[in-house]
Amino acid sequence: MYNFDVVTPKTVADAVAALGEEDAQALGGGQTLIPTLKQRLASPSKLVSLTGIDEIKGIRTDESGTLCIGGGTTHGTIAGEGSAYPALAALAGNIGDPAVRNRGTIGGSLANNDPSACYPAAVLASGATIVTNTREIAADDYFQGMFTTALEEAEIITEVRFPVPEKAYYQKFEQPASRFSLVGVFVAKYADGVRVAVTGASNDGVFRWTEAETALSSNFSADALDGLAASADDMIADMHGSAAYRAHLIGVLTKRAVAAAG
Amino acid sequence: MAKVEMTVNGKSVSGEVEGRTLLVEFIRGKLELTGTHVGCDTSQCGACLVHVNGQAVKSCTMFAAEAEGAEVTTIEGITGKDGSLTAVQQAFQDYHGLQCGFCTPGMVMSATALLKDNPKPSEAEIREYLKGNICRCTGYHNIVKAIMAASGQDVGAIAAE
Ligand SMILES: Cc1cc2nc3c(=O)[nH]c(=O)nc-3n(C[C@H](O)[C@H](O)[C@H](O)COP(=O)(O)OP(=O)(O)OC[C@H]3O[C@@H](n4cnc5c(N)ncnc54)[C@H](O)[C@@H]3O)c2cc1C
Ligand code: FES
Ligand code: FES
Repeated sequence: MYNFDVVTPKTVADAVAALGEEDAQALGGGQTLIPTLKQRLASPSKLVSLTGIDEIKGIRTDESGTLCIGGGTTHGTIAGEGSAYPALAALAGNIGDPAVRNRGTIGGSLANNDPSACYPAAVLASGATIVTNTREIAADDYFQGMFTTALEEAEIITEVRFPVPEKAYYQKFEQPASRFSLVGVFVAKYADGVRVAVTGASNDGVFRWTEAETALSSNFSADALDGLAASADDMIADMHGSAAYRAHLIGVLTKRAVAAAG
Repeated sequence: MAKVEMTVNGKSVSGEVEGRTLLVEFIRGKLELTGTHVGCDTSQCGACLVHVNGQAVKSCTMFAAEAEGAEVTTIEGITGKDGSLTAVQQAFQDYHGLQCGFCTPGMVMSATALLKDNPKPSEAEIREYLKGNICRCTGYHNIVKAIMAASGQDVGAIAAE
């Protein structure tokens, strides 16, 4: 690692001020950033640790029943205290291993937008809102391709607001070595329709499978997906699976997710 | 360099660290508590697992500076003052839960964290919890048995496999 300073502000305002400096970068749980620094793929001069900021931690339900999760909340806390949205709590409880979940945060995962990460699928399928220190961003506008988001420099994710669906399920097909999803599908059924988001599959990162959404919105059953196939165009192809294999998995996992959502 | 202060195994300690100094480097290098191991340095193996404020953490993936003011417990800190072993440690010995012993400090710290949250885990829960602890020697069987035994449960069902 190249060297850098670490600062630990106690408020969002102080963190934003510290991030205003040239080459400063936010540090969440470090479960992605520290390995990246070790590989010298990033060289900040200052890391602004967000773990001491209490105002961006914790889970609450607002007046309209929306589940609001602080950007600095760990996967472990979401798994343990997110029971208002069981599919989301289960997703968080299946990320990595317990020690990773004790440090890694939802804000860090969403800022990173790894094409195989789990939360992006939940956020997109739930039509969640990403709240930062400056604005609110709709999920449909937030994800802009692999490792790319709508976030500006020095913008901090302070909260993520999830409308709680009637039924939902996240079906993850684990890549056994990394424990990330080879492909993961999040299905969420709301009163006004069904949303289906796919992670791990596309070169463009997380995306909505709109054909499946239309079919499931009129008939929420695995049978409704018969005959539908996701296109293999622009799917990730690597040593773990070809583009056609990933496209096939999308169909299989979506059916399983719908069946499990009940 | 900046000064960092924390409590390690009940004793308050301090030292000068760089921003990039990992918690495990501070523990092993500055405090000379070499029971905590570095197997991979890439957050995969769990040999470096310690407890920070009571929670299992991979000390190769946390900076020493982030542990400012924290309570850290390493493998050296769990035994009794007279050197007596904890139930988990004793069970690892009784059930041959180790061969080369490299992964063992992390396994014991992980198992200890598990039993604090879940005093009577099922075999499946133990295997799930140990996902982030890799052992190249034992095939995990005796580790799982040891943890079942340490939690006062029958290991017969596992022994039959
Ligand atoms: C062994 C292992 C297995 C894993 N398995 C999975 C898995 O199955 N599924 C999965 O989804 N992930 C997995 N992960 C990744 C894990 O979820 C990380 O915790 C997460 O991707 C990053 O969160 P973090 O808080 O650790 O962020 P960091 O690593 O600290 O930061 C990541 C990036 O986000 C920025 N950042 C951090 N917090 C914020 C914020 N609040 N606002 C704005 N920017 C911010 C940082 O500047 C950095 O660019 C795994 C990691 C490991 C080590
Ligand atoms: S050395 Fe930390 S996880 Fe392997
Ligand atoms: S006993 Fe050798 S690595 Fe586990």
